[in-house]
Amino acid sequence: MTYKPDEVVLSIRDLSVSYGAQRGRVRAVQNVSFDLHAGETLALIGESGCGKSTLNLALIRQLPKTASIDGGSVLYTYRDGRQVDVLKYTKQEMRRYLWAECSMVFQGALNSLNPVIRISEMVYETGEAHGIPRLEARDRAMRLFEQVRLDAKRVFTSYPHELSGGMRQRVLLALSLILRPQIVIMDEPTTAVDILTQRSILDVLKVLRAELNFSVIFISHDLAVAAEIADTVATMYAGEIVERGPVNDVFYRSRHAYTLSLLNAAPRLSAGAETLDSIPGSPPDLIVPPPGCKFHPRCAYVQDVCRTVPPPLVAYDDGKRLAACHATEQVQQDAQATRILSPDAILPIVKGGVS
Amino acid sequence: MSDTPPIVELRGIRRSFVKDRQLIPVLQDINLAVQADEILCIVGESGCGKTTTGKIIAGLLDPSSGEVIVNGRPTESYQGREKALLRRQLQIVHQDPFASLNPAHTIGDILSFPLKRHRMTEGGAGLKRRIWELLTMVDLTPPGDMVNKYPHQLSGGQRQRVSIARALTVNPKLIVADEAVSMVDVSIRITLLKMLLRLRAELGLTIVFITHDLALAKYFAWEGRIAVMYLGRIVEIGRTQEVIANPSHPYTRALLAAVPEADPELTRHKQAIRLRSDDIPRLTDIPRGCAFHPRCPYFIPGMCDSDLPELASAPGFDQQVACIPVQRGLPLHVHESQVAAEAHP
Repeated sequence: MTYKPDEVVLSIRDLSVSYGAQRGRVRAVQNVSFDLHAGETLALIGESGCGKSTLNLALIRQLPKTASIDGGSVLYTYRDGRQVDVLKYTKQEMRRYLWAECSMVFQGALNSLNPVIRISEMVYETGEAHGIPRLEARDRAMRLFEQVRLDAKRVFTSYPHELSGGMRQRVLLALSLILRPQIVIMDEPTTAVDILTQRSILDVLKVLRAELNFSVIFISHDLAVAAEIADTVATMYAGEIVERGPVNDVFYRSRHAYTLSLLNAAPRLSAGAETLDSIPGSPPDLIVPPPGCKFHPRCAYVQDVCRTVPPPLVAYDDGKRLAACHATEQVQQDAQATRILSPDAILPIVKGGVS
Repeated sequence: MSDTPPIVELRGIRRSFVKDRQLIPVLQDINLAVQADEILCIVGESGCGKTTTGKIIAGLLDPSSGEVIVNGRPTESYQGREKALLRRQLQIVHQDPFASLNPAHTIGDILSFPLKRHRMTEGGAGLKRRIWELLTMVDLTPPGDMVNKYPHQLSGGQRQRVSIARALTVNPKLIVADEAVSMVDVSIRITLLKMLLRLRAELGLTIVFITHDLALAKYFAWEGRIAVMYLGRIVEIGRTQEVIANPSHPYTRALLAAVPEADPELTRHKQAIRLRSDDIPRLTDIPRGCAFHPRCPYFIPGMCDSDLPELASAPGFDQQVACIPVQRGLPLHVHESQVAAEAHP
């Protein structure tokens, strides 16, 4: 997909979020900075507990009461060029901002839809809250339902329980776009669905994105989904973004040892026989994280420096890529040598259109 | 195939459940032989009957009709002590390690109950030694620290190791692993799978691995077999390498084509197969003929919607497939309307 690299819609700077716990503060997100561009799809990848969902909740100010934003800014640029720090918004301003400028799609669509009202009521309510007349809200919804390949008339008058899981997820996707936001945040939207349903959601998402050109922050532990839809990939580990770059660079020329380890643990269906490597140990304690690089106790590239000095986030390729890894050159060499499949290693069923 | 009888064989298995006074047929005519020492993967989408099949294999569930044959003998012929022994041979590891371990018991307790119940060890020292041994086998070390812990003190991956250790207490011959790694993180998943493969080699286990994740199935059962299920039937079964590299059933093809790959170029150039319908029919209203025909892009009217396909061999394939056009070697044409739909971005 094409996006406009000079047009930044969301600029996150030094964002830190922590939770209160008995033993101390759980530093779930630490000094996270990135820009989201117009039309760009950014995938945040990482294991559970890496802070990706906390980051997402902070962006829409829906953190639980035990969490606090310890610093940073989330600068949003309106279509008219006006810039605001979303973190400074009042509750009321936030209500206008959500859906209209930034909407979200969560996993488990049943929990996100009100079970006792029809889809049509949700559409009208949303429209009303943002000053859109009923008829227009209805027209927009019907058009979006058709775009996500739903039987629009039937769905519009249905209750959520009358729809299948895949249909509900597509309804949510459509509803998230009804006020034409510039940003849609998606948290594991295809995690709890079946393969063919996931395929139809991904296809529908691509069509919508090409047509409406919104930006997406996509949160997933599924590397395959990230590989398919992301323009940019950011790897998170222990609350920090440890690597960020264009999707092909991150997948084929990884610069952080953790990114490469994740990739080496993910089976590829059409790669035939594969040797996969697991990552030893488990994610670190976020109250008292390991010194130096937080990944060093599990890292295959660990050197003495990693145990004491936290690696700085360094820019590569004219700033297009970032990585915080002491062994970045070695990692990139290994990634280049191993991550690109030779054409004969790809099974014929999926070879179909591979050029 | 060897001369020894399959460890478990299902013959003409049907199973229905009653929900809201309605009979829901979940399995229809399942015929499946699990050979000793093999890895058999059962894949399919939710509601296809893979978990029910796994439970019937493990002896946790009786079929509504049909025969379950273990070591060459129907299960009904096992009585008394023999029946108890049979139970021990077949074990299951469930998906959710949070729900399957009693939160009020320590890991030591969880492992000692079946050991005591089935008199697997002698005396307190023997029991302790065996628990130590089991914990070491599943890499929960040091065992001394682990025995006094409660499930909530362990991570998801560690809990799943406890579940596996518990299944091993009774020296089973076969383990059904039902989505056993789908709730743990990517990095832990491979560790668990490698451990299962190691245990299989060390203990001579047969593993029935149930998953919805085809890439994982491919990795785990590369040297074994895969059975693909759709709406209560097996639609394709054969060696994993054949099924993945040369799928025969249109449903298998659609699944394989639909799976995203952890490789940007590969996944973006994959040719998806558009189905005629995105919706799975209800189990209470299974289509006539081939159950997949309302969604199948290669549907042949008058054939697929009237005749029930049985698993059989087909020209050009080593595996067995339940698709009449494929069995007859007919060329598969995508419908005109489909081609138009695919041209759309």
